[in-house]
Amino acid sequence: MDTTTLEPLAVSERTPPKRGLPPRRWVKENLFSTWFNGILTVLLAAILGWALYKVARFVFVDARWEIIEVNVTNLLVFRFPREEFWRLWVALYVLAAAVGLGTGVAARLRGEEEREGRARSSAALTTLRRAAPLLAVVGVFLWFAKSPEGTVLVAGAAATWMAARAGGRYVPPRHARRAGAVVLLGVAASYLVVSAFGGVGWERWGGLLLTVFLAVGGIVISFPLGVLLALGRRSSLRAVRLVCVGYIELVRGVPLITILFLGAFMLGFFLPPGSDTPSLESRALVGLVLFTAAYVAEIVRGGLQSVPREQTEAAQALGLSPLKTTRLIVLPQALRAVIPALVGQFISLFKDTSLVFIIGLTELLAVSELITKQPEFLAQGLIIETLVFAGFVYWAGSYWMSRESQRLERRLGVGER
Amino acid sequence: MTTLESVSRRPPPWRNVRVLRIAFQTAFVFAVALFALYLFANLVRNLDRLGIDTSFDYLSQPAGFAIPDSDFRSTEDLFAALLVGAKNTLFISLLGIFFATILGVVVGVARLSSNWLVRRTAALYVESLRNVPVLLIILFWYLGVLLQLPPIGRAVEWEVLVVSNRGLVGPGLRQTDDLLVLVVVAAAGMAVAAALWIWRTRRFDRTGEPHQRVLWSGGVLLGFLLVGYVAGGMPLAVSLPERGELATTGGFRLSPEYAALLLGLTLYTASHIAEIVRGSILSVPRGQTEAADAVGLSSFDRLRFVVLPQAFRVAIPPVGNQYLNLVKNSSLGVAIAFPEVTRITRITISQGGPAPQAIIVLMGVYLVFSLSISLVMNLINRRLALKGR
Repeated sequence: MDTTTLEPLAVSERTPPKRGLPPRRWVKENLFSTWFNGILTVLLAAILGWALYKVARFVFVDARWEIIEVNVTNLLVFRFPREEFWRLWVALYVLAAAVGLGTGVAARLRGEEEREGRARSSAALTTLRRAAPLLAVVGVFLWFAKSPEGTVLVAGAAATWMAARAGGRYVPPRHARRAGAVVLLGVAASYLVVSAFGGVGWERWGGLLLTVFLAVGGIVISFPLGVLLALGRRSSLRAVRLVCVGYIELVRGVPLITILFLGAFMLGFFLPPGSDTPSLESRALVGLVLFTAAYVAEIVRGGLQSVPREQTEAAQALGLSPLKTTRLIVLPQALRAVIPALVGQFISLFKDTSLVFIIGLTELLAVSELITKQPEFLAQGLIIETLVFAGFVYWAGSYWMSRESQRLERRLGVGER
Repeated sequence: MTTLESVSRRPPPWRNVRVLRIAFQTAFVFAVALFALYLFANLVRNLDRLGIDTSFDYLSQPAGFAIPDSDFRSTEDLFAALLVGAKNTLFISLLGIFFATILGVVVGVARLSSNWLVRRTAALYVESLRNVPVLLIILFWYLGVLLQLPPIGRAVEWEVLVVSNRGLVGPGLRQTDDLLVLVVVAAAGMAVAAALWIWRTRRFDRTGEPHQRVLWSGGVLLGFLLVGYVAGGMPLAVSLPERGELATTGGFRLSPEYAALLLGLTLYTASHIAEIVRGSILSVPRGQTEAADAVGLSSFDRLRFVVLPQAFRVAIPPVGNQYLNLVKNSSLGVAIAFPEVTRITRITISQGGPAPQAIIVLMGVYLVFSLSISLVMNLINRRLALKGR
């Protein structure tokens, strides 16, 4: 609790504690400033110490991590045919190269901003710290996999990323605008490597791969839909507005699971009689897209509202058509303002993909529940281990993304301009 | 330069904005309607082919399943089952909202504490729970903790509590006589207490004397309850749990499903509410805190009378959103077989009930809940919003 005595406010209460504060004074001011704070500190320290001991004991002594060690592959991809694994590795390398190139270009642009004094430089250590949650996940997976080839291949992918990033720094600025397209192309290419040319379609994916696919696919497909819905909601045409408002509010009023039920049980009914029902994975994706589009629409609407009216008026004064005004003037500014919120939506989609477990898909959470039913692990209470592991993966992914989105928010100066 | 006459002349229809707008809207509505009709036609034909009825008659058929922890029997109809499910959804949502609000405010305030350890603990709580799927938290409590408790034969007993994997059983109330008198007297007591509350508040506003409304109203209500209890012939008795071979009898039972869902929803939503509370406390101008210090308020009074009332005004719309999320997330009870409305619908569909109608009814139930919560939050917001600006 925040406490203050009636003595004149000490300087230390007005300013954050300095690093240089001598340890005794720091402890006095931050832990034992009043008797109430003292009691709180002692109590909390006792509880935390006990909890920390319990958790550490569980993680390092009591937990039987064999279940994870045996099932690393299942948790990552589940049913993915083992003889097609090379495709995943190739895709990983393609992805590493594309993303590396993109970050390299971004780093160069940032370097220029730094030179012009528009941004602060960041040390290499900051970069490492920023990626810490992701590195932790990769490290934990490799630790449990105990496979030398896997470690070498992952190290190779990391090396590819770094090489591409170094290469990206030499891309001349006039081509820098195309970096985004290259990254998208890389994502598309890695998808094709896995699924095209006799590959493995997404109906046979599982585990973390399916989780990431549903999240990325869901946000990518729902984004254009969401933008259209947002524009429709802001339209001056009443009929268009009504339809869009109706859709958005209907979807936002019901839980995701009902939309997933809609996809799982009803999508087949909406198709022409005689046509094949799509796979459960595709139906789940449709459900996620229909759901996310409404939320993306509300986010984009916020961005559209943040664009000053004068921008539209200026565009009209220049003689731009309504379509061009939207495409060239309003949308770019609106979308730039909502990037952090879109990342936030992506994070909640990443977490919400766990709901497809309920309609019977085998993504990360479902696999971590399923593997406790293997004969050698049955009824031994190992669900705690597997859920802690899955929770760690979800946590690291979401925490990393939310940190990045906060950083992006600061960089774009949202709310400052 | 064209003559004035040609400017004022109406443009041809294909360039007349008013005509174009109407034409476009007509075409849009037509296209949407056509698409909807196409989907609906497919739906009807497919259902016909499968011999599924398109009416809502299925609601009056016997359910064929019993609902644990309720008086519902499998011979009653599906409509009654849905009502029981909706009631469960409502109660667990209200309880979750109650606990999540308390926990969220405490954690949110703690995140801004001057005590380093308190601050960091609150941050740890928020950052670890906010970034994990709520379904995982619920499953963890259910599968990982509550179902791992010892079975009923080896249940842990602390005095009046019996803890096992069949739930937590504690002392409860047992009805021994007609409740009518007690209910009437209690209702009267509540009315009197409310009147007292208003009177004390008005008096406080007028004279500035301490209102002590909690003491006044609470005391009066307690008195009424006692009188009603004695006058009604002591209709309620404490019932203690007794452990049998396979189940406990008597007492108040909290099923593991209920406890897991409530814990998961509360902990997860509280972490979000804490962030909102923190943000809105930070949005209170510093001058307010300084003014409170200058007037000589204690740190608790400063928080209670100066900072939190202003922070709540900012926090209400986003917290309302979190309440909506909590109601919607309560549908995850379906994953742990808690008999809320989604679970009942799921059972209905898996028993061969018509999926389209069942899902429409389910969505309708949630829409009603969502709209009611929005309405209540808007009313509160309107009451608390700054006036006169």
